Amino acid sequence: MKALAPFAAALCLAALPLVLPQYWLTLMNFTGLAAIVVLGLVLLTGVGGMTSFGQAAFVGISAYTTAWFTTQAGLSPWLTLPLSLAVTASAALLIGLLTLGLRGHYLPLSTLAWSMALFYLVGNLPQLGSHDGIGNLPPLSIAGHVLGGRAFTWLTWGAVGLAFLSARNLLDSRTGRALRALRGGRIMLQAFGADIRRLKLLVFVHAAVLAALSGWLYAHMMRFVSPTPFGISAGIDYLFMAVIGGAASLWGAIIGSGAVVVARDLLQDIVPGLTGATGATELLVFGLVVVLVLQRAPGGITGRFAPPPRLPRAALSHDATPLPPRPAMTAEPLLAAQGLTRRFGGLTAANDISLSVEKGRILGLIGPNGAGKSTVFDLLTGVTVPDAGRVLLAGQDITDSKQTAIARAGLARTFQHTRLRGDMTLLENVAIGAHARGGCGALASIFRRDRAEEARIFATARAQLQRLGLEARAEVLAGQLSQGERRTAEIARALASDPTVLLLDEPAAGLRHAEKQHLASLLHQLRAEGLAILIIEHDMRFLLDLVDRVVVLNFGQQIAEGTPDEVRANPAVQSAYLGEGEA
Amino acid sequence: MNGMIAALLAQDALTSGAIYALLAISLVMVFSTTRILLIPQGEIVSLSALTLASLEAGHVPGTLWLLGLGGLVVAGLQALSGQIRGAVLWLAIPGAIIAATRLLAAHDLGAAGRMTLTLAICAPLSVIMYRLAFRPLARAPTLVLLIVAMAVHVLLTGFSLMVFGPEGFRTRPLLPGTITVAGMPLRLQALVIIGTAAVLLTAMALYFGRTLGGKALRATASNATGARLVGIRPEAAGEVAFLLAGLIGCISGMLISSMTTIYFDTGFMIGLKGFMAAIMAGLGSYPLAAAGAVLIGGIESYASFYASAFKDVIVFALIIPVLIWRNMIDSRNRDEEEE
Repeated sequence: MKALAPFAAALCLAALPLVLPQYWLTLMNFTGLAAIVVLGLVLLTGVGGMTSFGQAAFVGISAYTTAWFTTQAGLSPWLTLPLSLAVTASAALLIGLLTLGLRGHYLPLSTLAWSMALFYLVGNLPQLGSHDGIGNLPPLSIAGHVLGGRAFTWLTWGAVGLAFLSARNLLDSRTGRALRALRGGRIMLQAFGADIRRLKLLVFVHAAVLAALSGWLYAHMMRFVSPTPFGISAGIDYLFMAVIGGAASLWGAIIGSGAVVVARDLLQDIVPGLTGATGATELLVFGLVVVLVLQRAPGGITGRFAPPPRLPRAALSHDATPLPPRPAMTAEPLLAAQGLTRRFGGLTAANDISLSVEKGRILGLIGPNGAGKSTVFDLLTGVTVPDAGRVLLAGQDITDSKQTAIARAGLARTFQHTRLRGDMTLLENVAIGAHARGGCGALASIFRRDRAEEARIFATARAQLQRLGLEARAEVLAGQLSQGERRTAEIARALASDPTVLLLDEPAAGLRHAEKQHLASLLHQLRAEGLAILIIEHDMRFLLDLVDRVVVLNFGQQIAEGTPDEVRANPAVQSAYLGEGEA
Repeated sequence: MNGMIAALLAQDALTSGAIYALLAISLVMVFSTTRILLIPQGEIVSLSALTLASLEAGHVPGTLWLLGLGGLVVAGLQALSGQIRGAVLWLAIPGAIIAATRLLAAHDLGAAGRMTLTLAICAPLSVIMYRLAFRPLARAPTLVLLIVAMAVHVLLTGFSLMVFGPEGFRTRPLLPGTITVAGMPLRLQALVIIGTAAVLLTAMALYFGRTLGGKALRATASNATGARLVGIRPEAAGEVAFLLAGLIGCISGMLISSMTTIYFDTGFMIGLKGFMAAIMAGLGSYPLAAAGAVLIGGIESYASFYASAFKDVIVFALIIPVLIWRNMIDSRNRDEEEE
């Protein structure tokens, strides 16, 4: 029954143009055109956390492309559709390559800058009609039959449907999971081999292509283009529609667009008598509404009246087999560090550290607070680059490799401060671990060619949860898990990447006694399976009972190495932990 | 280009650079104390320019509505939270300013009187804006604050259009005419602007360097939690920052209104250019922001000579490399990522 609801809604929508008068058809057209742009903005801003004021510029690039080629080169609009999409996508690719590395508020400010530059450029180019624009565009027609009135509304809403499906399919995929984790999850994503730059570029171009689709439709609906509707105020409007509808919700994109388009029309009809100037009231009202929404109802209309929808994992077979394991590495030791040194200004956080872990061995890394343990982890995983020394993974030099490359080569880690996405389920979080093992790209996801692989990714994630005894919690939001469950989930996610070498950063912190015992037996089992494990831990009894060898750090120096018994008896270690003279 | 034109362009560059510098400094101050990118600072500029123009014409400026309504809402919120004294003050002060304006508007007050009145009307708007729009969201992520700032900008533009209409206004210069120095004509008003900016920038430097209040603002800017621990309330610091920004914005608006025609939406562009200067300084350094402002004034002035139609294209397109350069510098010492 529930599955039928979207079809019923689509059917009602399709029937609407039959009964509505032209006035409402026009409003529906404008709502649809805006919704297509705002759907892209939801992916980009609401989900991906990249605020853009520049979407209107992409609408404009596409509209001007089709305007120029249909009026100057006499091409059919159906030919200029792929052309407009391609030109806009290329522009987005170029702008994205230049600006998407910008952090925080620099990125939104850059969207202001380039969209204003483009606006004034087009307005001053006589080849593009300057501020007067280009007129007399051909209407859309099929076999001489002009698509006007109802037909155009159907076409527009058909495009909305496609845009919606493309966005939903993308979110419900391997790429989509990474995208949903992007905000604040950069370091974690890289640790599982996701290419952040590519991901950002991808969603930026996707949003631009949606804007382009809207621009092409707009140009042939109005049959006239000029710079004004693509200026910065339009760009701000799209963002406001997303905020009002609910910036992280795909339905919010449609609802927000409809609310703004209809409200604007009402304001223009009813209020002009009250004020001297046209447009003043809507500016005043929309500004006020957005401030109030952000203060009182950050989830917008959809967030206010409906709980955030769980993303359904559509059409996944439940009896898929987990992903195939990676070919075993044989070169020993699996992980080796030689003379690692890292200085931060005057502080030497790690000085000449050497260690190695073999297949089926557990190495402990201990030391008092500030000894440099986390720095060593960062050096091994590629988060920071050493000033001197080398890191070898199964004999391969990975010293200067990127974090993502190291992750893909078979090194997985957990984080001391758990980095789970609270708004994603436990199962989805663990599935992120298998990110680098999948190969389906965004296009495959959008066209749903990724279902078999998705099913295997989730089978992999579920298998790890089962192994760690968390399968009953698979569909719980990670934000609702206990501390112990979060720690275990970190390990499950790391294991989902099928690592050769596993780095655990204080996995037992905050665990109860029984949980620690469970963890210890799991690690024994992993060792028996041939994993090389490096573990940082403060609980000495837990650690020394578990590991084969121990490396002890103090103030960035390696002060001891040996079996647990050797280290326990080492006077330098005793004085580091207990203070001078008390050993 | 001959020497004369170059000198005239330099004069233009310095004049607009001085205005952008004032705005850039105020934007840096507000951002560093509150993490807010104060896009609507441009509206304070245009509202004060239009208010001054309206007073010159002997009209009661429509800005009073904003002051009155805003003051009323702030007072109401204060009363609701039980702060009766604050509520009374927020009724009394805007009330007094409105009464004074209505009484005096029809008389010729002289330039000084009109400017004082404009300052009294427009500078409090900045504080009202902080209290109503931003303070309830003090803990929100920077990007939410940015969207709120954009919304306030849109709201104020709408208000400005509503009460002042789409026509542009220009005010009388404080000092009309030109003098000739070494064969070079100098507009006196340009000297007034550059001089005022220099005085204000010096005053700001002294305030931040020498006074307790200024140091408290700097403390909040560098570490809000630390400042709170030593007894500085970040909200109070935010309020002071907005008040100062309001004063600077007003003065900038009154200064520039004699050099160029101001429309309801002119402030946005002026403010954005101030922003670009502030960005060059990484939204952190006051002297760099001032230098960046003069640079932008220069680019704009020479661009308008060589390719006047593409003046704004050039200014805004040049921001991209600046942003990338700035981002490279900042990424070397960045903090943990924000949700």
